[in-house]
Amino acid sequence: MSHKKELIKFQIDGLTVEAEKGQMLLPAALEYGFEIPHLCYHEAVSPYGACRLCLVEVTKRGRTMMTTSCNYPVDAGLDVATNTENVQRARQMILELLLARAPHSEKIRAMARDAGVEETRFRVIEDADDCILCGLCERVCREVVGANALTFVNRGDRREVAPPFGDPIACIACGACVYVCPTDCIKMKEEGDERTIVRWKRTLKMQPCQSCGKPFAPVFQLNWIIERAQLPKDFYALCPVCRKTKKG
Amino acid sequence: MPLKSPDELEQLRTKILEERKAQGEKKGIVLCTGTGCRGAGASEVFDAFKKALGKKSAIEFKSTCCHGFCERGPITIVEPLGIFYQGVTPADVPQIIAETVTKGQVIEKLLYRDPATGQTIPTEKAIPFYTKQNRLVFGNNRHLDPTRIEDYMAMGGYKALVKALFHMSPEEVIEEIKRSGLRGRGGGGFPAGRKWESCRKAHGDIKYVICNCDEGDPGAYMDRSLMEGNPHSVLEGMLIGAYAIGSSEGYVYVRNEYPLAVENVGIAIEQATKMGLLGKDILGSGFDFSLVINKGGGAFVAGESSALMASIEGYVAEPRAKHIHMTESGLWERPTNLNNVETWANVPVIIEKGADWYASIGTQGSKGTKIFSLVGKINNTGLIEVPMGMTLREIVYDIGGGIPGGKRFKAVQTGGPSGGCIPESLLDLPVDFDELTKAGSMMGSGGMIVMDESTCMVDVAKYFMHFLKDESCGKCTSCRDGTLRMYEVLDAITKGKGKEGDIEFLEEIGWMTAEASLCALGGSAANPVLSTIRYFRDEYEAHISAKRCPAGVCTELITFTIDPKACIACGKCRKGCPTEAITGEKKVPHKIVQAKCIKCGTCREVCPSDAVKVA
Amino acid sequence: MTGAQLENILKKHDYQKSSLLAILQDVQALDNYLPRKTLEAMSQRLQVPLTQIYYLATFYRAFSLTPRGDHLVTVCTGTACHVKGAATILNTLERELAVQPGETTSDKKYTLETVNCLGSCALAPLVVLDGHYHGRMVGTKVLSLLKGDKKDASKKS
Repeated sequence: MSHKKELIKFQIDGLTVEAEKGQMLLPAALEYGFEIPHLCYHEAVSPYGACRLCLVEVTKRGRTMMTTSCNYPVDAGLDVATNTENVQRARQMILELLLARAPHSEKIRAMARDAGVEETRFRVIEDADDCILCGLCERVCREVVGANALTFVNRGDRREVAPPFGDPIACIACGACVYVCPTDCIKMKEEGDERTIVRWKRTLKMQPCQSCGKPFAPVFQLNWIIERAQLPKDFYALCPVCRKTKKG
Repeated sequence: MPLKSPDELEQLRTKILEERKAQGEKKGIVLCTGTGCRGAGASEVFDAFKKALGKKSAIEFKSTCCHGFCERGPITIVEPLGIFYQGVTPADVPQIIAETVTKGQVIEKLLYRDPATGQTIPTEKAIPFYTKQNRLVFGNNRHLDPTRIEDYMAMGGYKALVKALFHMSPEEVIEEIKRSGLRGRGGGGFPAGRKWESCRKAHGDIKYVICNCDEGDPGAYMDRSLMEGNPHSVLEGMLIGAYAIGSSEGYVYVRNEYPLAVENVGIAIEQATKMGLLGKDILGSGFDFSLVINKGGGAFVAGESSALMASIEGYVAEPRAKHIHMTESGLWERPTNLNNVETWANVPVIIEKGADWYASIGTQGSKGTKIFSLVGKINNTGLIEVPMGMTLREIVYDIGGGIPGGKRFKAVQTGGPSGGCIPESLLDLPVDFDELTKAGSMMGSGGMIVMDESTCMVDVAKYFMHFLKDESCGKCTSCRDGTLRMYEVLDAITKGKGKEGDIEFLEEIGWMTAEASLCALGGSAANPVLSTIRYFRDEYEAHISAKRCPAGVCTELITFTIDPKACIACGKCRKGCPTEAITGEKKVPHKIVQAKCIKCGTCREVCPSDAVKVA
Repeated sequence: MTGAQLENILKKHDYQKSSLLAILQDVQALDNYLPRKTLEAMSQRLQVPLTQIYYLATFYRAFSLTPRGDHLVTVCTGTACHVKGAATILNTLERELAVQPGETTSDKKYTLETVNCLGSCALAPLVVLDGHYHGRMVGTKVLSLLKGDKKDASKKS
């Protein structure tokens, strides 16, 4: 489906900016160099609006409301304010809430400091594992990787992210979740010929390269890709390094 | 055989009415078997009547759904005299048949006794609970067996549909609804006509209408009672709305906990389909409309419109951002118009009697009547329908009969978990959408939970935060953690661990929760906390500073003692105590060993001489 | 649940992915919980990721992933019941059965649950035992209700 890009003009903090109609506000603002803190947004996946840090005040047809910018489609004539007193106030409280969930996250601590929050007044959640339920891991696993190994579980304050039945049977240990996690709460380790995604308790044997002998990726993952992409069975005989040198 | 024209519908109606007329003023028994009365034993009464009457049909026996006066259930009315019996048991059945039905004699002990005058009142019409009501929408419940479409026809059912389909254009229907001033009864109070109009104007061939019967506010059950008791009125409203909007497919989303509503609306859809009132080319008008029932899964947030649509699509009920209105992109990204049960049920009334007539009832900004469920610490628990603008005082005292046990009124909680508590000083508040919002509460779906001096307002706020932290979908940090943290602060306060500054802290969290959350659940989640702080700050302060619960509710702040003067040393409390915390023997006043007491209240409950004191 | 039973349920709902919620309700009604094997089979047959099914199953109150007890005791914790003392009733039951709401006793006899209003507020506080409503409860009454049931249960077994 091809449709003409319709560029529209609107204001961010007094500056007139241009963006494609319907594009989300946060990426448009970031492109212009506005600093809007965000944790659950990533350009590779669809916006979700869970962390609530990217709040801005939008005035449209004379009505002002606070909204997350990551999932707000831009329109002509909007007047956006990224750092009003209300925005700051709400953001500070949200950072306090996040600090209580992710006390070890350097990123959140730094964000909090930037917002003028030194510590949280909330009880730090027992055994806090730093997960802020932003859902980036779930989205990247579903939308980008397509493994569908992770899901939100339960609702309300019992919500968590986990594999169904706590059994990571569909996890290919690709590490995409490790990469996107903003609080570093999903760890990956490789020992010998095994790779483990610590948080999901997924350990998979890795395939050794036929040329250099170094294990380079989980066998399960390679077979999964081969099957889905209908590649030749020996497609992944070589590790990426050896494949490059061989080709070159 | 499906009816093919309005004439055929009228012929059928005439036939039903003539048959009934031919039978003359039949002796009859009407038994309420709505959920409230069932809970009080109406099913057993039903069986007893069935057994006693046998198959002889000289006496017409009709089982209806909720009449509203749930406090006095099971309710039985003997026709044609309209004798009103309350608290009927299976043992009363033979006497009712032998004396009242057969001989027209009134059984005094089954009559309602007005607590104010001490007089018995033989008929429904004369009972104060009913006299002040205006039952436009809810009143027909009492005359209908909801499983018989003929009953609805006999009451003039589907006349409004004919009027809309054959004598009005869709635009005229919308104009009529707009002029009537009807506002959505589900909570927000958005003008229904305007919603319909924007859905009609939205682009798209396929449009949907939805009936929201996911009535989740605790203490509110009017939608349930309408759906159970008069499902055809809801279907008729939806048909008219669908015609106006240009939709041919609809959904009825019913709360999981309402099996009888699911059953009755299912029967109604089946009957209407058979008669050609649903399906293709309805009554030969060329208008098609079909309906599907969806059963909820048990989640309060599913009552939020975008979450409800996600649920119908087979996903978890997570609300979605509504920067594009649902009337333009709703269910399956198609234009969708959602209204709740009571809103739909008002539609046939408006179309039939006209917008001007309807708009003459109510207040400037809120037209028509509203059904409320009046529950909690109130004498006449039940469902009431009153014109918008009636004062809280009239509702609580004139209709509700005041507070039981001579206790003092403290507050009315309205609007469910999104609402707030209205104090005694505002008893003369005329109840409508705008006044309730101004008072820091909201209409919600119409729950009114009455609270008296023995209700702790901090505990009530804590109750709602517990509810909301469980029922939040959990997506937004602000709502999930905001409600959780407000709950934690309140929990500490009720346990005597409150600190100076907690009230301000709660206000701060509450503000953020409301401002930063996506949907209406988060947006209104702080209301129970903020409104109790606004009107009952002194109770918060007593908990925080004096470590005292004035209402005697918060267990960690109260002690149970036995007044030796009042104790008759019967030993009941000693035997009942689950932790053996009570000492004493015959003829010696008993004592509670505080270290062992878990404050379960058993002793107070079993004490025949009211000797157990709480402070 | 047998494969044929699941197939019947799926067929009834025309193998529609949008009917997942209704399908899960039918499974829950038949088995009184959602067995893992059935959910996995459902995922295969409908070509829906197990993650989506599992999220639904844990999000909604109507579902249980573990078998419920022989008897279901539900305490209504709606607002009217709350102001009339539902918390005390719930505490009594928690103490007596030694479980928290949502849990099943170790002998698998009782599952204790709460519900946010059943719309029978005139009967507040309300306890539902195996679908039967018991209104205007107090601590002692709920205990005798349970004891009565325990006797019945022992008679049956």
